[in-house]
Amino acid sequence: MKQAAQSARPCAHQARIKRSAAPRQYSQSILAVLLLACGPLLTAASEAPPAPTISPPAAAAPPDDGQWTMPAKNYASTRYSDLAEINEGNAKNLQVAFTFSTGVNKGQEAAPLVVGSTMYIVTPFPNIVYALDLSKPGAPMKWKYEPNPEPAAQGVACCDVVNRGTAFADGRIFFNTLDGHTIALNADSGQPIWNAHIGNINIGETITMAPLVVKGKVLVGNSGGEMGVRGWIKALDASDGHVVWTAYNTGPDKDVLIGPDFKPHYDMDKGKDLGVTTWPPEAWKIGGGNMWGWISYDPDLNLIFHGTGNPGPWNPDLRPGDNKWTSGIFARNPDNGAAQWFYQWTPHDLHDYDGINEQVLLNMKWQGKPRKVLVRPERNGYLYVLDRTTGEVLSAKPFGPVNSSKGVDLKTGRLVENPDKKTGTGKVVRDICPTASGLKDWQPSAFSPKTGLLYIPHNNLCMDEEGVEVNYIAGTPYVGMNVRMIPGPGGNRGAFTAWDIAAEKPAWSLKENFPVWSGAVVTAGDVVFYGTMEGWFKAVSAKTGDLLWQFKTSSGIIGQPITYRGPDGHQYVAILSGVGGWAGAIVSGDLDPHDATAALGFVNAMKDLKNATTAGGTLYVFRLP
Amino acid sequence: MRLGLATLVCVTLALGACQREERDTRPQSSLGSGEQPTPVTTLEPGGQRPSPSDNKAASFEANAFHLSEGKRLFGWFNCSGCHANGGGGMGPALMDEKWIYGSSMESIHATIRDGRPNGMPSFREKIPDDQIWELAAFVRSLGGNAPSSAAPSRNDDMMTHPSENRMPDAATLGKSP
Ligand code: HEC
Repeated sequence: MKQAAQSARPCAHQARIKRSAAPRQYSQSILAVLLLACGPLLTAASEAPPAPTISPPAAAAPPDDGQWTMPAKNYASTRYSDLAEINEGNAKNLQVAFTFSTGVNKGQEAAPLVVGSTMYIVTPFPNIVYALDLSKPGAPMKWKYEPNPEPAAQGVACCDVVNRGTAFADGRIFFNTLDGHTIALNADSGQPIWNAHIGNINIGETITMAPLVVKGKVLVGNSGGEMGVRGWIKALDASDGHVVWTAYNTGPDKDVLIGPDFKPHYDMDKGKDLGVTTWPPEAWKIGGGNMWGWISYDPDLNLIFHGTGNPGPWNPDLRPGDNKWTSGIFARNPDNGAAQWFYQWTPHDLHDYDGINEQVLLNMKWQGKPRKVLVRPERNGYLYVLDRTTGEVLSAKPFGPVNSSKGVDLKTGRLVENPDKKTGTGKVVRDICPTASGLKDWQPSAFSPKTGLLYIPHNNLCMDEEGVEVNYIAGTPYVGMNVRMIPGPGGNRGAFTAWDIAAEKPAWSLKENFPVWSGAVVTAGDVVFYGTMEGWFKAVSAKTGDLLWQFKTSSGIIGQPITYRGPDGHQYVAILSGVGGWAGAIVSGDLDPHDATAALGFVNAMKDLKNATTAGGTLYVFRLP
Repeated sequence: MRLGLATLVCVTLALGACQREERDTRPQSSLGSGEQPTPVTTLEPGGQRPSPSDNKAASFEANAFHLSEGKRLFGWFNCSGCHANGGGGMGPALMDEKWIYGSSMESIHATIRDGRPNGMPSFREKIPDDQIWELAAFVRSLGGNAPSSAAPSRNDDMMTHPSENRMPDAATLGKSP
């Protein structure tokens, strides 16, 4: 069926006309007849489909079962679905199947999950989890779970009170709360099974990331890079929640779980206790490097890959040195956390370039040789292709305007800093691109093996910065930087770029007025979905970027779209609408645009967002008529 | 007689200037002040009682020295980390006309001293009482609620918004109601 649906495209036009003309109950059978009629002609064309030249490792991206059980779709983090009922030809007919109000008007960054005939969504603070029954009309609520997190946690969450999603494994839903709990629920009943308190809001520690479950362990990292919180990633036993291992991202090797297995590719990452010696005395204890983003897993190599956040404080004069292991990426053994390799995207970060974005695991030929690679559109503006067995950088090309650095030295692996854009105490440096929020922030991209393109939602912003003195007071911000952001070259504050990984250049790029702060999903129907901060939910052609369909939701979109096969056998697309996050904090937090530095400078670039949208929190689900 | 008037004018001016610049050389700087009941709401069954006023409020509010000290402390104690330069971030905007817990000197003093439930930390153990009043006075100046003769007039750092002594009253945005 998948094959038929896919190859039926030349006939799709015809089929569409017939369908709309025929009464609805007949349309399916007419389509089937048409498919049969077209069949012989098409099989000839699709007899030897060219093997995809770039594809995720099979073990990390099993055949699609129509469910969506983790935010990134699979361990390879492709956010690609094999479903093809919705395609380039018929996407324009999409319509609302049902909606659901989350009851929380803060930034909705989470991906809904679909397991069997149930959909699970988690709200921003107060982190309510809802289960919706997809087998009944209107998808009524099956259960809800309210963890009642500490209200005070809202004051120490750097950029709105978001949550990036839940994870499903073995009949359980796992999620994190803003006040530092990881909770396991019975997916059928919503009953809590365990609740592990692993973060401390009194030192400014919160949790916003979506956990990943690997080999019976729930992987969780903390947020707090703006509060002088020392970053870590923990593995909790999925059965009872006890902490199996903790790896810090700063400090002595034994805390970082650096041992005999650790073989970084570049000299700059070799040496003893670099997590201590690349900092002023004791500064690593309050040095950030938080793990609030994405984790991928390669079952063949038995490695997880996760990034590390920015060093604290932002003012770089207060922390001379490379500030290991911040703004980089670790490969670790999921069984014991032991580090295998590390690569630092941005040594001695000057501009809040967290290194926590998604990593897409792919196999491809690189300069004639088959390679296991990891693709990362990074905050500092480069699209990195790494060898994921060693951490060697194969390619690093800017995917938008970058002037804060002059490229990546592939011999040493080091980012070549631009001295003109170096910030420091008492110095105002203007027009630094990209901003602290990066050319791309957390908003995850999607990869299609059909096109070989990576679909990247991102920002196009520049900024002025001034380093200022800052005192460390536990539980309060530790930033030391005045920032004001402005639109980037061209004036469009966002872009949606399809990146040709093999050719190392963009295939096409769409301009958006506001930063594209939503994730993306791409399907075998060659349709890419993403949302805008005005509230448009868009379907564009995966090949050309042509707009196929759009729907205006009730609030700006910063969530992660997903697609699934419903209990009725049809394909659905789901997205949470509700503006917020760092980019939308001006609306969700009702901030005052008279102050250019509000929301760490983001408000200056978003002054008109309050005129374009209002706060919200609604799930939208679409299907073909 | 004319001389007398001139002297009177001079003395009045001088006194006024004194008040503007007045500093207490022996501030009462023990941590925390006495319990000060500051209502969080104006709603009161059976009618509104006048809310208690603290005699410190007035002496801090219109005083340039205290306001500029408040500005310095606003950065020093990381208020700016959560409230930016008044526009807000992790905490709400302090320069607009919206107040959750009241805009009076007494209310803001209580907010800083005792904290507020949705994430405003209590600074009772960190900041001496007089400095809390200085912070409260500065917070009010962010929304244009301090006399422009006393509010800070120049920013030594990056221009983030017009200086406090040029801020329009947030409630009316400078327009007469
Ligand atoms: C860790 C973040 C944080 C820090 C540091 C912080 N605040 Fe707040 N502040 C908040 C939050 C969050 C609220 C809202 C609390 C609520 O709604 O219950 C708030 C509320 C307030 C309010 C009340 C606003 C209103 O509308 O009633 C004032 C005034 C205030 N803060 C002043 C300060 C001052 C002065 C400092 C420095 C001494 C400071 N804050 C430090 C987070 C912070």
